[in-house]
Amino acid sequence: MMKHFTITKRQEEHIAILEINGELDAHTAFQLEQQFKTLIETEAYHIIVNCSNLEYIASAGLGVFMAYIEDIRNLGGDIKLSNMTDGVYHVFDLLGFPSLYDIHRDESEALSSFKNQK
Amino acid sequence: MKASTSHSINVSSSTENLREVRNFVQKFVQQIDLNNNDLDEIILAVDEAYTNIIKHAYNNDPNHNVKIELGISTDTLWVRLSDTGSHFNADEYQPPDLLKRIKNKQRGGMGVYLINKLMDSVEYSSAGKTNTILMRKRV
Repeated sequence: MMKHFTITKRQEEHIAILEINGELDAHTAFQLEQQFKTLIETEAYHIIVNCSNLEYIASAGLGVFMAYIEDIRNLGGDIKLSNMTDGVYHVFDLLGFPSLYDIHRDESEALSSFKNQK
Repeated sequence: MKASTSHSINVSSSTENLREVRNFVQKFVQQIDLNNNDLDEIILAVDEAYTNIIKHAYNNDPNHNVKIELGISTDTLWVRLSDTGSHFNADEYQPPDLLKRIKNKQRGGMGVYLINKLMDSVEYSSAGKTNTILMRKRV
């Protein structure tokens, strides 16, 4: 069951990049949640979530972003999202995320936006 | 488009079955000449409704049953999900304020809102021990 959603983690300077792959729903959302918890524990507050291989997202997946963004911003960081397919962006858009989250066309744009904030 | 066909599936109330449920919807809807956007929206609406039943009607207990029926009549696709758990009171439902929820670190409550956005009509009803959500989308 787990194979339907995987996360690959990379590091670029002080920025943690999570590539999320597959289907993020109420069954797989805890995996992303675990990842955010680990990042906070290791004081990695600058996070990019690259969604290029995210095939599907349900509101349980969006709920994970909702639960952690405030803590991470209060700690001086951010969760930036990038590389969404049109279908995935549509779901974020329906729930009003684009006005509250920093969503970028691609990862390099998200990286620049972090680096410009320093 | 076929005048009137329907399909149904019985699944236990576990998020483990979400993928199977989505595949069931996809298989049925693909028989109809639908654009991909409508297909994706119907799949997501059923996912959200099924997830809400697991979480709220059955309180995450996987030992219950959910019946999902899908059908098409003329230009409308309908989906009905039935459970025998706690009843959802749609009259008390308040649309979520995303900013407020983020500030309060709340999650959830977005499923019903999404379903309302994705489908053209949504009705909740209860008869005896059975609760039903009936969603329709013009296609």
